Amino acid sequence: MSTALQDPQTIETPNYLNAEYGWKSWLFTTDHKRIAVLYLISISVMFALGGVFAMLIRLELLTPPGDLFTSDTYNKIFTMHGIVMIFFFLIPSIPATFGNFLVPMMIGAKDLAFPRINLLSWYIYIAGALFALAAIVMGGVDTGWTFYTPFSTTYSNTFVITAAVGVFVAGFSSILTGLNFIVTIHKMRAPGMTWGRLPLFVWANYATALIQVLGTPVVAITLALVGLERAFHIGIFDPAIGGDPILFQHMFWFYSHPAVYIMILPGMGVISELVTCFSRKGIFGYSFIAGSSLGIAIIGFLVWGHHMFVTGMSMYAGLYFSLLTMFVAVPSAIKVFNWTATMFRGSISYDTPMLYAFGFIGLFTIGGLTGLFLGTLGMDVHLTDTYFVVAHFHYVMVGGMVVAYLGAMHFWWPKITGRMYPEGWGKFSALLVFVGFNLTFFPQFILGYLGQPRRYHAYAPEFQVLNVMSSAGASVLGLGFLIPLIYFLWSLKYGKKAGNNPWGAKGLEWTTQSPPTTFNFDETPIVTEEAYAYAKHEETHVG
Amino acid sequence: MGQQFDSATFGMWVFLLTEIMFFGGMFGAYTVYRSMYPEAFAATSNFMNPAFGAANTAVLIVSSLTMALAVRAAHLGHQKVLQMMLVFTMIFGAAFLVIKGFEYHEHWEQLKVPLFASHWAWDGPLAPPQYAHQAQILFIFYFFMTGFHALHMVVGLGIMTTIFVMARRGKFGPSYYTPVEVSGLYWHFVDIVWIFLFPLLYLIGHTKQLF
Repeated sequence: MSTALQDPQTIETPNYLNAEYGWKSWLFTTDHKRIAVLYLISISVMFALGGVFAMLIRLELLTPPGDLFTSDTYNKIFTMHGIVMIFFFLIPSIPATFGNFLVPMMIGAKDLAFPRINLLSWYIYIAGALFALAAIVMGGVDTGWTFYTPFSTTYSNTFVITAAVGVFVAGFSSILTGLNFIVTIHKMRAPGMTWGRLPLFVWANYATALIQVLGTPVVAITLALVGLERAFHIGIFDPAIGGDPILFQHMFWFYSHPAVYIMILPGMGVISELVTCFSRKGIFGYSFIAGSSLGIAIIGFLVWGHHMFVTGMSMYAGLYFSLLTMFVAVPSAIKVFNWTATMFRGSISYDTPMLYAFGFIGLFTIGGLTGLFLGTLGMDVHLTDTYFVVAHFHYVMVGGMVVAYLGAMHFWWPKITGRMYPEGWGKFSALLVFVGFNLTFFPQFILGYLGQPRRYHAYAPEFQVLNVMSSAGASVLGLGFLIPLIYFLWSLKYGKKAGNNPWGAKGLEWTTQSPPTTFNFDETPIVTEEAYAYAKHEETHVG
Repeated sequence: MGQQFDSATFGMWVFLLTEIMFFGGMFGAYTVYRSMYPEAFAATSNFMNPAFGAANTAVLIVSSLTMALAVRAAHLGHQKVLQMMLVFTMIFGAAFLVIKGFEYHEHWEQLKVPLFASHWAWDGPLAPPQYAHQAQILFIFYFFMTGFHALHMVVGLGIMTTIFVMARRGKFGPSYYTPVEVSGLYWHFVDIVWIFLFPLLYLIGHTKQLF
């Protein structure tokens, strides 16, 4: 045996990735970090699948006539795009990946409260995804991701039940993740980690978990009733026997509106982390941001009717829902102002995660403001079911949530893998994403205003120029997503090794090695400082 | 250990909260339809058997008593009592399902199962014809709500069996009884759902004699 000294570079410190090898050590793991990685891989696959459907949509919409697909096929394509993206990418995204990885570390815990339930929730997610994939492979669903009755229960000839089962099952994954986070955050904070010192990412995931736990069961029972109605040919939502299709919409949107806050709140939590680190400044208005997360969660349950303004509800119901919709925008606006104030007089660095944070703040603001347009009764009558709505939700979901997700990927990749990504390519891709995104979706605001309906595979010829712009933008956006995929994978082997804290950030996760050990901390940390306790710098003037 | 007990019971309460939202969705929809069709729903009482329903209610309440006694026995380390109470709880739970089975059979015979077109009929002196469709909706809710409830009962029996096996192996005592406590919470919840189901489904129109 050689007694020569080993090159220190080649000795790998023990960490959660090399603690055990073999497929069993991954598929039977209870380590929250490994489960986060399992989720990361799964939802990336589902994102790619949803992206393929998006590409098909934009291809069809290059020309005014419906010449690439029949209308039935097109219905299936946008339905599957919605179902896959919403239920199998957006809803789990940040909580299941970064939430799972970071929440225990950020509060100084070794793992979540229920590690085996955590693993179970991933298996449940996979089971749900398999049902959804089965529905796709068998021929698809054409009801729209919204499953409106009586089309979904009686008239559709596609695999509604299979898709509904997939969503139902995936919902339980979401519920269990939420349950785990709530108990963990309540019961497992390290000494000194008071509620008032929690990183805002933890507050965001807590508020999200509340929504997951309260809202998801309602969509579960709603879809169960749709499935049972379809299977037994009886009618709860069937007007022929006195059932009420609008009842379905109320029940469906009672979850699906809060669901959009499940999707965005964790992203907002990420932005709080990014803005503080890359401004080298404590957050402005900590308690307002924490409180606004809870405010969004609560008020978010009270506004579902704004998806149903034109269904024949009374003027008073419309008034109420419109008013509450205005209110729900306030906590989001508070966050945007506070992030901006955080950056004021900060020492800004323009690393890739910060570029995504900038992107989020601008694009989410546009998306949120256009939500107010839609929440105004008079305007909604004209804009509903047009491309204006499509543009609005893609601005918040993609321009907001996906951008935040990418920011989180770049920020915490060094912690998760111990490697740095190539910064130049990172900046370039961020630019591609920003340009591609706006080119894809801004024209859609105009198209919607001009009257192009959503979910149609053909459109009036005068809309073609804007549609072509949108499809071109989609190609750029797709490239912006593809390049990071390549360089992240490349970095696993060739990336620069990251130290404990490449960004110089505050937060307990940055006190550990990169990648962390299996149990995160050698000793339970004792917290003595507030969140984001970046040192205030004296201003110096030279010359 | 104390933290783990706290976490486990808290986790079960959060889970029960999700179950409340799940059943709540159905209760909500039921409420909407009942407020739309009060007379039709009242008419369906003629075909519900409150005797069975009352028996089931009594059975479940007693099973909750035995479950609570089982949890107490676990706290105190009284192994024999714990095992006995778990067995009684399971017997009563099974009795509930058996009575439900008789009930469903009776509905089947009386053609009151709208899930199957061959077994639904709304005729006879007790069935005002103008309520046929709305009554069908009520019966759909009856089968779905009691069906999901029965499903939860079956899961509960499975859980109790597991707890019983663990108790036989001497796993529980004053220093560790978390699974018993947490299962008890679940069992009580399933009981309470029935307490709401019974009046809403069985006692809508009965103002006079019950049996």
